[in-house]
Amino acid sequence: MFDALSDKLQATLSDVRARGTLTEDDINKAMREIRLALLEADVNFKVVKSFTANVKERALGADVLGQLNPGQQVVKIVSDELTSLMGGAAAGVSFSPRPPTVILMAGLQGSGKTTATAKLARHLREQNGSSVAVAACDVYRPAAVDQLVKVGAQAGATVYEQGTDRDPVDIAGWALDRAKQEGKDVLIVDTSGRLHVDERLMDELVRIRKVVRPHTILLVVDAMTGQDAVNVAEQFAQAVQFDGVVMTKLDGDARGGAALSVKAVTGKPILFASTGEKLDQFERFHPDRMAQRILGMGDVMSLIEKA
Amino acid sequence: SKTREALGAEIQATLFEGDVDEETWERLEEALIMADVGATTTAKVVGQLEQEAESGGLEGGEALSRRLQELLADIARTGQDRIDLRHDPTVILMVGVNGTGKTTTLGKIAWHLRNELGKSVMLGAADTFRAAATEQLQGWAERAGVPIVTGPEGSDPGAVAWDAIVQGRAQGADVVLIDTAGRLHTQDDLMAELSKVRRVIAKQLPDAPHETLLTVDATTGQNGLRQARLFAEAAEVDGIVLTKLDGTAKGGIALAIAGELGIPVKLIGVGEALEDLRPFDADDFAQALLS
Ligand SMILES: Nc1nc2c(ncn2[C@@H]2O[C@H](COP(=O)(O)OP(=O)(O)OP(=O)(O)O)[C@@H](O)[C@H]2O)c(=O)[nH]1
Ligand SMILES: Nc1nc2c(ncn2[C@@H]2O[C@H](COP(=O)(O)OP(=O)(O)OP(=O)(O)O)[C@@H](O)[C@H]2O)c(=O)[nH]1
Ligand SMILES: [Mg+2]
Ligand SMILES: [Mg+2]
Repeated sequence: MFDALSDKLQATLSDVRARGTLTEDDINKAMREIRLALLEADVNFKVVKSFTANVKERALGADVLGQLNPGQQVVKIVSDELTSLMGGAAAGVSFSPRPPTVILMAGLQGSGKTTATAKLARHLREQNGSSVAVAACDVYRPAAVDQLVKVGAQAGATVYEQGTDRDPVDIAGWALDRAKQEGKDVLIVDTSGRLHVDERLMDELVRIRKVVRPHTILLVVDAMTGQDAVNVAEQFAQAVQFDGVVMTKLDGDARGGAALSVKAVTGKPILFASTGEKLDQFERFHPDRMAQRILGMGDVMSLIEKA
Repeated sequence: SKTREALGAEIQATLFEGDVDEETWERLEEALIMADVGATTTAKVVGQLEQEAESGGLEGGEALSRRLQELLADIARTGQDRIDLRHDPTVILMVGVNGTGKTTTLGKIAWHLRNELGKSVMLGAADTFRAAATEQLQGWAERAGVPIVTGPEGSDPGAVAWDAIVQGRAQGADVVLIDTAGRLHTQDDLMAELSKVRRVIAKQLPDAPHETLLTVDATTGQNGLRQARLFAEAAEVDGIVLTKLDGTAKGGIALAIAGELGIPVKLIGVGEALEDLRPFDADDFAQALLS
């Protein structure tokens, strides 16, 4: 299924073994393959550039004598760098000492916000035994409220909605009051999809944020996103300083290079992975798995681990 | 037009300024990659232009720029790019990955057919799976002022498609538009379900569906090519609707799809309102790809 990057690198670096170290020329050859692999995985062009420069530095003169072949060694360096870039201490959702903890969901149209809202509600109920409410602040998309009412109920959350005739900012404020009154532990605010360049809707998001003062803002990003992921992430970061990312639709075969791009340009961690349409298909994000996925080399890594 | 020339000049200024050398081709390659065109199609386009430039046929930035636009537009322009509405009724089936814009696009098409072309339309809500998908299409039916056939949540999507065509024929509809649930191309059971919906439709009306449209989100990266390939295998896709082009994504993956699979883009989505649907224009697309 995946073209094995390590095989290609092995072929590229076939004559290195006897020498024992990697020369600049070897590395340049290897970097071309890595660059292509990352671009195929939709890692942003600029991110690829700086990433390969870093890897090159680390790989230069690396001692390749040992049990791994040079191709595998380079892959290991790349994978380590990728993991550390994507990893860092994944903090998770931060809870407020004074409930309710408010979580605000944001993102482009169709990225999976409403589904993720319900999934997160279910996750927090199951993991922490929290009482969770969700707020329906998408008044634009037809039946967006009905959708949240359904999936929210399936998740065992209380759904706060006021139809579609009120301003989403007012609905958000009203929902927060209710969550306080009803002693909820968590309030998750679902918002309508918006383009990062849509000034009116980005401003609306800023106003919702002001009203509910969220403890965590999550950007929901589709794993199939291409080069534009950095623009989206930068603009959302600028407007609302989100705290973390939910990567969705990871159940497909997209390599998910957007994960690396978003992390690289905003520094914000990817906290959750959404892996299906069912509400239980939701888990904590694993940076190391994502690194392997982007490189397309699950089998190669287990080989390296064994060596 | 003037804007087109202005845009052309802008591209030329950034891509082909100074001497044409190794760096020029790298810059062009970078621009195409950044537009999600993908490495294979990018290499093809850049290789072709470089070769023509070296053989002396193209002198100066303007000529290079113009030829580049031409190359890109030629790739984008493939196969039958019109939707034939001369069947009685014409059945259009909408398929695609989750959240790419199927339901919204159907609402826009329904409105366009009814209000701009004076056609009578019947909608079929064959996404019986996603929460409130039927209610969403009902919302669009109301906005567009067209009738809709629905089925219970969780019911057989083929049955809803069948009913929509039966009702459409009974009411003398010109076009029947059928929505389906979003699915990933990697989900074999759901892709098989799609093939089955097609077979059911053909049983009710031989030769239908006459047009199967695949929605591709313009922000999609290289995965879009696999989406198109596998949906085409399961559902004989006739054309692409490239949605969400009102953002900053260029939708370059559509170029790769057209070039490698020969599937044309037929429509583009440029917003969330009824009127935000346009026919695809290969020249404009080529122009915008690098602007
Ligand atoms: N396969 C898969 N589908 C998903 C996943 N998350 C969401 N979806 C589907 O993606 C589509 C869009 O999800 P929504 O939750 O409605 O997305 P949204 O961001 O709320 O959309 P808007 O409100 O219109 O902007 C639906 O069909 C969901 O079922 C996932 O992890 N995997
Ligand atoms: N900006 C913009 N948004 C769009 C466009 N087309 C669709 N959308 C939005 O994208 C989101 C998803 O659209 P839907 O029509 O629900 O997508 P779908 O493919 O039917 O989704 P599922 O049925 O869940 O798979 C909605 O918020 C739409 O309003 C477009 O051209 N531009
Ligand atoms: Mg939503
Ligand atoms: Mg739909």
